[in-house]
Amino acid sequence: MQAKLILEDGTVFTGASIGSTRTTISEIVFNTSMTGYLEVLTDPSYAGQAVAMTYPLIGNYGVTPDMESGRSWVDGYIVRELSRQASNFRCEGSLSDFLLAQDIPGICGIDTRALVKLLRDKGTMNGMITTEAVEVGEVLPQIRAYEVGDVVSRVTCRKSTVLPGKGYRVALLDLGAKKSIAQALNERGCEVTVYPAHTPAQRILDSMPDGIMLSNGPGDPKSCTDIIEQIKLLYESDVPIFAICLGHQLMALANGADTHKMKYGHRGGNHPVKDAETGRVYISSQNHGYVVDVESLPKDVAVPSFTNVNDGTNEGLRYLNKNIFTVQFHPEASPGPLDSGVLFDRFIEMMGDA
Amino acid sequence: MARDNTIKKVLVIGSGPIVIGQAAEFDYAGTQACRSLKEEGIEVVLVNSNPATIMTDKEIADEVYIEPLTVKALEQIIEKERPDSVLPTLGGQAGLNLGMELEESGFLAAHGVRLIGTTAQTIKKAEDRQEFKDTMEKIGEPVAASKVVHDVEEGVRFTNTIGYPVVLRPAYTLGGSGGGIANDENELREILQNGLRLSRVHEVLVERCIAGWKEIEYEVMRDAAGNCITVCNMENIDPVGVHTGDSIVVAPSQTLSDKEYQMLRSSALNIISELGITGGCNVQYALHPTSFEYCVIEVNPRVSRSSALASKATGYPIAKVAAKIALGYTLDEIKNAITQKTYASFEPMLDYCVVKIPRLPFDKFITAKRTLTTQMKATGEVMSICDSFEGALMKAIRSLEQNVESLLSVDFSSLTEEWLLRELAIVDDLRIYRIAEALRRNISYKKLHEITQIDIWFIDKLKILVEMEQRLKSEELVPELLAEAKRIEFPDTAIAMLTERTPEQVRALRKQWGIEAAFKMVDTCAAEFEAATPYYYSVFGRENEAAGERTKKKVLVLGSGPIRIGQGIEFDYCSVHATWAFAREGYETIIINNNPETVSTDFDIADKLYFEPLTAEDVENVVRIEHPDGAVVQFGGQTAIKLTESLMRMGVPILGTKAEDVDAAEDRELFDEILEKTRIPRAAGGTVFTTAEARTVANRLGYPVLVRPSYVLGGQGMQIAWGDAEIEQFMEVINRVAQDHPILVDKYLQGKEIEVDAVCDGTDILIPGIMEHIERTGVHSGDSISVYPAQTISEKIQDTLVEYTRRLAAALHVRGLINIQFIVMDEQVYVIEVNPRSSRTVPYISKVTGIPIVDVATKVILGHSLQELGYTPGLAPKGDYVAVKMPVFSFEKLRGAEISLGPEMKSTGECLGIAKTFTEALFKAFLGAGIILPKHRQMILTVKDADKPEAVGVAKRFAGLGYKIYATRSTAKYLQEHGVDALWVNKITQESPNVMDLILGHKIDLVIDTPTQGHGDKSRDGFLIRRNAIETGVYCITAMDTANALATSLESEPERFTLVDIATVKNI
Repeated sequence: MQAKLILEDGTVFTGASIGSTRTTISEIVFNTSMTGYLEVLTDPSYAGQAVAMTYPLIGNYGVTPDMESGRSWVDGYIVRELSRQASNFRCEGSLSDFLLAQDIPGICGIDTRALVKLLRDKGTMNGMITTEAVEVGEVLPQIRAYEVGDVVSRVTCRKSTVLPGKGYRVALLDLGAKKSIAQALNERGCEVTVYPAHTPAQRILDSMPDGIMLSNGPGDPKSCTDIIEQIKLLYESDVPIFAICLGHQLMALANGADTHKMKYGHRGGNHPVKDAETGRVYISSQNHGYVVDVESLPKDVAVPSFTNVNDGTNEGLRYLNKNIFTVQFHPEASPGPLDSGVLFDRFIEMMGDA
Repeated sequence: MARDNTIKKVLVIGSGPIVIGQAAEFDYAGTQACRSLKEEGIEVVLVNSNPATIMTDKEIADEVYIEPLTVKALEQIIEKERPDSVLPTLGGQAGLNLGMELEESGFLAAHGVRLIGTTAQTIKKAEDRQEFKDTMEKIGEPVAASKVVHDVEEGVRFTNTIGYPVVLRPAYTLGGSGGGIANDENELREILQNGLRLSRVHEVLVERCIAGWKEIEYEVMRDAAGNCITVCNMENIDPVGVHTGDSIVVAPSQTLSDKEYQMLRSSALNIISELGITGGCNVQYALHPTSFEYCVIEVNPRVSRSSALASKATGYPIAKVAAKIALGYTLDEIKNAITQKTYASFEPMLDYCVVKIPRLPFDKFITAKRTLTTQMKATGEVMSICDSFEGALMKAIRSLEQNVESLLSVDFSSLTEEWLLRELAIVDDLRIYRIAEALRRNISYKKLHEITQIDIWFIDKLKILVEMEQRLKSEELVPELLAEAKRIEFPDTAIAMLTERTPEQVRALRKQWGIEAAFKMVDTCAAEFEAATPYYYSVFGRENEAAGERTKKKVLVLGSGPIRIGQGIEFDYCSVHATWAFAREGYETIIINNNPETVSTDFDIADKLYFEPLTAEDVENVVRIEHPDGAVVQFGGQTAIKLTESLMRMGVPILGTKAEDVDAAEDRELFDEILEKTRIPRAAGGTVFTTAEARTVANRLGYPVLVRPSYVLGGQGMQIAWGDAEIEQFMEVINRVAQDHPILVDKYLQGKEIEVDAVCDGTDILIPGIMEHIERTGVHSGDSISVYPAQTISEKIQDTLVEYTRRLAAALHVRGLINIQFIVMDEQVYVIEVNPRSSRTVPYISKVTGIPIVDVATKVILGHSLQELGYTPGLAPKGDYVAVKMPVFSFEKLRGAEISLGPEMKSTGECLGIAKTFTEALFKAFLGAGIILPKHRQMILTVKDADKPEAVGVAKRFAGLGYKIYATRSTAKYLQEHGVDALWVNKITQESPNVMDLILGHKIDLVIDTPTQGHGDKSRDGFLIRRNAIETGVYCITAMDTANALATSLESEPERFTLVDIATVKNI
């Protein structure tokens, strides 16, 4: 069946429908990872967005158990070619069936590179994926009006759960957490208690955790006003804190910094980030459309700990006189390089020192 | 970290002659690295024995030595040039080994020179079998467990610890005979017992069997600060068991999930970190197809063939970055040259699929075994880029120039299903065509996977291509179908065949329906950033990114495709120099080529690079976008010449010599007319169709005669007949294939062979130098030892050669290059062949004369006259040096290949010896070719009757050099009768000890065996001697002239070499 991708600037890409045939409007972003499409699809940080994969051959190894959450969160999926044959020893089914089962609308067969170039030049845009014969002029206002909104509430868990472990007790604030974060802590022996995003700080602190982990998550960090207030309280406590992605942004906002939307963000598994302290460069997994303005952060509160080698944007902060460090990228990888997994070890050490 | 400013002068070691397994990729890497060093203000001293390379140009390095790659030569160069550093990681294994030897002997330390790029310790850790194993164990990286055992029980005990199946490899048996795979203890005992018996040293290597696992490679970079990235990973379609150089390879990997991908990536980074490599490194893995288990197969701590491929596949210039790292830069300090926005620490992301297919030489070596094993056999490769795997595969197939354009091009339809299934198990270059045939017969994926171990994802892709064949055959050709066929890159010719149309009709339909190729960029970043110097590949049905904007005149330079025997790196040299010359003349330059190993496909050689097959259709796609003002075909070998007519049809003017004149040189009748008109003699001959006619002509001319089909390349199918019987035999072979053109029978003149390259501006000619061959006519010019300047011709002959060259260039209206081969016999000059284009001697003669021939030719093509360019017409004065070009062969890599030299070319590469005297140049040339003699001072001489008188002289010379000479009965007898102390040895068929035992005993330096004509039993005997000599590593000579030359060289081994800095050679 034919499907169309209509961008807010009026550009129309025509291809074939994949997954659900329902119409969807969302923010259109692109991801440059060559593997790990399943991790992308199930990463809650993509809630409110349709993801275009720049690698043209998707679905080659089918659906494997590599899910970052219980379901797919993307609002739409855009690929050049969806493989009709899935092949991998762990393959449990085809990606095309998965999209259908998850009710994810998508489009294939379009010139994804042309789309990426548009997004690169004009910045992230809204778009509609539809199989219906719509009048472009008529739907444009609707497309333009779309806002990602409060997606954290949509993706966070409903109640807290405990992932047992014999080591440090870590409270994980689920802002849309990827499973790999809890897994990385579990693997290091931690007992992880996952809390819904809107859990009051005091409740978390009352449980006397050895450390607090703020997760990744979707949407505009500045829209998370309530959570920011709670994070201020977490900051005031002396509990060691490690934060990733949205968590990193919220901690910065809680300390008076500003964030802004990037032109088209960083989404992929190839971004070099430089450790300010050691000079060491790590290749990182990234998925963010917003970034912390380092200049806006009071100098006596935190200093940059990581910087993106390519565009010089902030990739991490070290809070002064606090056991707090935060990163914009994803040390839990999945998908992407495992190079910075060492940061979890650093967090463990920090809990030990505290 | 910043650049180490104590590095000011660097010696870069090249890789030497092109052989199978070490081809043009090192010229590419070396050239890129040298340019990168010079960019930093470093003085670069370069040494490489291969004169056909671009890296040995004075534009690339400051001091250039074309010297044998031996410790002795290098020590002398270091003493003379006093570099502060040596960079050994760009010259392949040869360069690396030399660097190690210099380091280990203490020579470098004594001369205050250090190895940069990587340390000796690192090299040792990666290269030494035991150290490597220990290192991997230390960091927990698995390698396939193996052990050398000396008895059966030891083998059984060991296997019990690692599990079945195991591979058994007896040490020192010919071609691995006696080995095999054991699946259980019974099989193990049986094979092991046999293997131990066959092994000379009673040793068998027992190794865990990983055949059939996925073969995956990672290209990784690391700087001295410890930062690491991966440039690219690649998946071999052929599972473990086939050398990666002979495998069809796809980039990036297609069947790995992120978990597997990252697991191996992390492993590769672990390894490069532990080895402490600074620069590039290649890690090869075997990945179990149904688990996360993997083994490290091999690590190459240097740039390699795979790194060249990875560079071209991603746009990431590995050699350039490696050179910068060697100077102390860190990855985050080195700008990505393609984007100019990102840094070398940004891992490339592909938004397309790359397929590499090896170019195998079985068309040249018809007797060689086609089976692909862990011994690489390919001479070159092609790479293609598309947005689908199917498309990339189809493009790669037609890039091979082996008369294949689709999966239908090799026909297995006549095989019964049973045979087909049986043959599917054969791992050779034709396997994908067999799989396609099996898919046409609906043999299941499961079955095909069971037999071939190829992942079903790839099998399904082949099936998609097969389904398209069926659809084109059975369905009406509507726009949607044609668009889909083009999306997966069916060429017009294949669509035409399948839909019973002409290619022109298909092309017209495409035009009518607007189905045209568009071009996308290779930009290292999947379009995330704008690119400054990208290159292009074609796709169908998408937006075009290659704007055909026009600021100046445009010239299209056609490359020469994959390296093959007869068309080597020399033509890439010519293409690149022509491109540079056009650029200097103010042209915008556009290159089309598909060879990932070459300099011409580096991203910054031409203004625009199109990575495309070199077929008329693919070239037309580029022409349609770029509208070049002209195309130049005379530099790209036969590949480019073949496209002349098509280019003219597209309305692209051919710059330089006109197409009809090129044709006149190739067409027998037209050429005869020209010779008649110019009063230039050639060997008498006639054209025939039947055996009877051939016999008549041959008898009229008198034997021996040269028999060959017309319109062939590189002397293919050419034979010398010495009697009626052979005429009958050769004619029968030739006429097995229907001949469109007459067969040529010419008087075979056994004389001196002379070769001339010249530039003609339409009025005057410039001959940089005259080359004389050591071997008399009958040996292909590419396989002959060639000497500049000619040593033994008279003034009169020289004048005649110049005059004939002038007349031929004028008669053929040559504008640009012309190459002529002559015979000189009894003070008479005859012409053999004229090629109005560049030749394989152009790079060499440019270097030894200091005349930049390609540059001059390009300027002449653009209308400058030789006089205006400052050249005196005629033969340039001789230089101060003698240069000897030595052919280099790769026979040991090709089991079953006939090694004797003849009219058909067999060498894969060449090296040069240059010195003040002929004898020293000759010595250096032999040395450069790896002929390091004497060792045991024992040789075997067995020659045909006609050569016996000459053999006496040869034998005496070698006896004089202290050689003990063994000969078979008749040769021995003849030698003894003529005063040579020859030892008689039994023939192969006679009882031991015989000639074979001598060879296999590793006590023989040299075999001189001149083959008997024809293919009788005697010749079979000789074949076995020659093959076994080659496979035992014994130098084998098949022409008396070569034998004499070797004697001359050994008689005059110099104490020290005269070093010649090529960059200073000038003879105007």
